[in-house]
Amino acid sequence: MPFKLQRREEHSAWMALFSPLIAVALMLATGAVLFASLGIDPVKGLSVYFLEPLQSAWSLQELVVKATPLILIGIGLSICYRANIWNIGAEGQFVAGALAGSYFPIMMVGWDGPFVFPAMIAAGMAGGALFALIPAALKIRFGANEILTSLLLVYVAQFFLDWLVRGPWRDPEGFNFPESRLFPSDAVTPLIIEGGRMHIGFPIALIIALLAAFYLTRTIHGFQIQVIGESPRAARFAGFSQSKMIIFAFAVSGALAGLAGILEVAGPIGQLRPVISPGYGFTAIIVAFLGRLNPIGIVIAGFVLALSYLGGEAAQVTLGISDKIARVFQGLLLFYVLACDTFIVYTFRRVGVVREAS
Amino acid sequence: MTDEQSHNATPLLQARGIVKRFGSLTANDYIDLSLFPGEIHALLGENGAGKSTFVKMLYGSLRPDEGMLSWKGAEVSIKNPAMARQFGIGMVFQHFSLFEALTVEENILLALPPQQAKNLRQRIKTVSTDYGLPLDPTATIADLSVGERQRVEIVRCLLQEPDLIIMDEPTSVLTPQEADELFLVLEKLASEHKSILYISHRLDEVKRLCHRATILRHGKLISECDPQQENAKTLAAMMVGSEVADVKRVPQDLHDAKKCLVVRALNLEPDLNTGTSLVDVSFDVAKGEILCIAGIAGNGQAELFSALSGETPVSDVGAIVFEGWPCGADGIAERRRRGAAFVPEERNGHGALASLKLSKNILLSWNNANDGTTRKGIIDRMALARLEGAITEAFDVRMAHPDVEAGALSGGNLQKFVMGREVKRRPKLLIVSQPTWGVDAGAASLIRQKLVDLSRAGTTIVVISQDLDEIFEIADQVAVISEGHMSDMYPIDEVTREQVGLLMGGMDLNGPPEVTAEAMAQSLMRDREAEDAV
Repeated sequence: MPFKLQRREEHSAWMALFSPLIAVALMLATGAVLFASLGIDPVKGLSVYFLEPLQSAWSLQELVVKATPLILIGIGLSICYRANIWNIGAEGQFVAGALAGSYFPIMMVGWDGPFVFPAMIAAGMAGGALFALIPAALKIRFGANEILTSLLLVYVAQFFLDWLVRGPWRDPEGFNFPESRLFPSDAVTPLIIEGGRMHIGFPIALIIALLAAFYLTRTIHGFQIQVIGESPRAARFAGFSQSKMIIFAFAVSGALAGLAGILEVAGPIGQLRPVISPGYGFTAIIVAFLGRLNPIGIVIAGFVLALSYLGGEAAQVTLGISDKIARVFQGLLLFYVLACDTFIVYTFRRVGVVREAS
Repeated sequence: MTDEQSHNATPLLQARGIVKRFGSLTANDYIDLSLFPGEIHALLGENGAGKSTFVKMLYGSLRPDEGMLSWKGAEVSIKNPAMARQFGIGMVFQHFSLFEALTVEENILLALPPQQAKNLRQRIKTVSTDYGLPLDPTATIADLSVGERQRVEIVRCLLQEPDLIIMDEPTSVLTPQEADELFLVLEKLASEHKSILYISHRLDEVKRLCHRATILRHGKLISECDPQQENAKTLAAMMVGSEVADVKRVPQDLHDAKKCLVVRALNLEPDLNTGTSLVDVSFDVAKGEILCIAGIAGNGQAELFSALSGETPVSDVGAIVFEGWPCGADGIAERRRRGAAFVPEERNGHGALASLKLSKNILLSWNNANDGTTRKGIIDRMALARLEGAITEAFDVRMAHPDVEAGALSGGNLQKFVMGREVKRRPKLLIVSQPTWGVDAGAASLIRQKLVDLSRAGTTIVVISQDLDEIFEIADQVAVISEGHMSDMYPIDEVTREQVGLLMGGMDLNGPPEVTAEAMAQSLMRDREAEDAV
C-alpha cells in the first residue's frame, strides 16, 4: 500500500464541518451512477428524487411531518452515542411508545376532554423509556451487548403490535381489517395549519433540540456524557457512574422515541396499524451521525433524510422504480458520513518505506 | 576508547546532516554523529528531544529527509529494519515485543530469518552463557521478570551477531541491581569491538558507562562531549538548556504529628487477569508528611492507586481510614468531598482528556456541588476560566493561547496543569502516582518543589514512584511495593539507594549475605564516585 492513514495532531475543524457535506456529495455521485446503470438519465433521476419534493406546499408540509420523528429520535440517540452507548432499538421504542399512548383512545372509549392527549403523550414517553430500560438493565446486570439486545427487541415490539391490531385491539367495526379504531378528536395530535398535515410535534422537536443543546454543553450532567463516552477511566477518576449514565441515556432516548411514536399514530396515521413506521428508528441513526451528534445539526440532518423518503415515493411514481431506492440512498449516506468522519482525526500519508511491525 | 581510535579508525557508522521533519515540526535538525568500533556512545536528551526519531532512522523504520549515513565507510540507505539487521545493526526496544504465552525459544525463533533457525536452543544457551545472561530457552515469557524479559530481547539481538546495538532506555524498567548486571554485559560487548548506542536520560549511568555522549535538545545537536569530563549538573544543563533548580527540603520532625491516613490490611484483587493483587498492605502517614512508595512498575501500584483513591472501593470499610473516617468502601467523589485529592499516573485519558479545553478538564476533579464550579447543575464558565488562569499561572503551564485543548500541551506542561488542579483544591491528603514520569527536568523540579512546599503547609502526601532520584529528593519516609506486598517504612535518612533497590527486587534487607555484601561494595564504590565528582 503506497498510502496509509496517519493520526492528525489535532482534530481538523475543517473536516468536522465539511464531512457531512462531502458525504452528501458522494451519495449524490453514487446515486447518479446507480440511475445511469438503471437506464435513467442521472440528472433527471436526481432532480426527481431530491428537487421535485421541495417544489410544492403539500410536499414541503410532508417533509416537516417526516422530519419530526427523525429529529426527536435522533436527539435521543445522540445522547446515547456521545456516551458510547449503542442503542440501535429506537424503532422498537417508537412502537412501544405508540402502543402505550394508544391505550387510552382504544381501551378507554368514551373518555374525552382536554386531558386525553397529555395523558397519551405521558404514557407514550413512559412506554418508550421502559422498553428502552430492558437493554439497559441487561447490560448493567449481565454485561449483555446492548447493540444486540436493543436491536432484537425491535422485532418483539413489532410483532406485539401486529398481534394487538389483529387481535385484542382490532376495530370491532373495521370489517376485520387489521387496524385499531380511529382515534377520537380529543386524542389526535393538534395541527399547526388547519386542514394541513403539520402537527405540533415539529415545534416540540425544535424546543427539545434547544434544550438538548443547552444540556449537553452547559450542564455538569451533560459534561458527564462526554467524559464517559471518551474515556471510562477518566469518568471513573471524576467519580461519574457509568451504570447511572446507561440508565439515563436509554431512558431519555426511549422516551423521545416513544414521544415520536405516539405523535405519529395520533397524528398523520390516526389509528394503530400493523406497520406504523417506515423505519424512522433506524433512519434516525443516520440522522444522528449526519448531524454530528449535535442537536442543531440533527434538525438539519432530519430534513435531509426526510427528503430521501419523499424522493423515494417520487421516484416510484415518476420513474417507476421501487421506493426501496430510499433505503439505498440512506445506506449510502451513512456509509459515506462514517468514512468521511475518519478524516476528522486521520489523514492520508504517502509512505515510501514498508514499515515492519516490531 | 583511545585517541588513536577516535582520530584514525574508520567510523563504524557515520551520520551527517540528518534532518527529519513531521509536518511543521523538525524532529531532527542537521544531526551529526559518528560511532567507532568498541565504543559505548550515549545519546542524551529529554523526552521529545528527537532521540527516538534519530535511532529509528538508523534502524530503518524511518527515512531521513536530508543527510547521509555511511556504514563501515560506505554510503548506505537503510530502507527497512530487515536491511538494518543485514548490515549488522540490532536494536533492543524500550517496550518489549514479546509474546507472553510463548517460550523464550519460540519468541526468538519468530524474529529470526528461517536460515538461522538451526540449533537454536544450543545457540541461545551459548550466547547467554558467553555474556552472562542466564536464560532458560524453555521458560514461558509470562513467568519471567522484567529484567529477564529484557535479557531475551538482548539475546535475540545478539544471535544476529550485530556490530552495532542500539539500546533505547534499557534501565527504565530495571532495579539498580539489574541495571548493574546489564552494564557488565555492555562493557563485555564493547571489549569485543561491538559498538553500542545507548539512549538515556539518566546521567549517572551515562557517566559511569559511556565513552562519549551526544546531546540533543529540541531536535538540535547541542554538544558532543566526554561524559567523564562533565558532571551531572553540566550534562543536565546541556540537556535542558538551563540550570535545573535543586529541590529545597527542610527536614521535619513528625514524631508527634497526628496520623492523617491509616491503611490496615488492605487487600484488592486486580481488575484484569494481568494485574497484581494487593496483599495485606498496611502503612500510615502523619499530617504534613511525604511518604514515597517505591517499586518497579507493575508490582501493584495501579491497584494501590485505585484503592487509595476510591476508584475501586474495597469491601473492608476500615481498611482505609482518612482523618478518623473509615472510607474503604466509599467512592472517589466522597473522598474528594472530605478533602482528598488524586493524581493518577496516566495523564491522557485518565487524569485529563486531550480533547477537552483545560477549563473543562478542571471539572474532572472539581465537580462537587460545593466546589464553586457549578450552580444548580449548570457549569459556571466564568469560575472555570478564573481557575484555569490561576492554575496555569501558579504552575507555569506554557501554552500557545489561553485555555488550549489539553492535547495541545506537552507532557510536562499537562502534568503541571493536572498537579496544579489538585494542589489548588488545598487538599488535606494528596495521593500522586509517578508525578514526574515522562516529564522534562525543568517541569519535574518544579513539581517536586511544589509537593515539598505543599507538605510543609500541612498536606499529607503519598507519592507512588519508581524514580529513586525523586524519592530521595522529596520523601520523609520511604516504603517499597513488590508483587503487591508492601515493605516496612523507613525514614529516608536511614536507608541507601541500594537498600531500596534490594527491596524493589523483592528481597528484604536481611537477605542472603552475599547479596548484601555485593550491594555494600557497590554502595561504597558509588560513594567514592560521588566524592570524586565533588
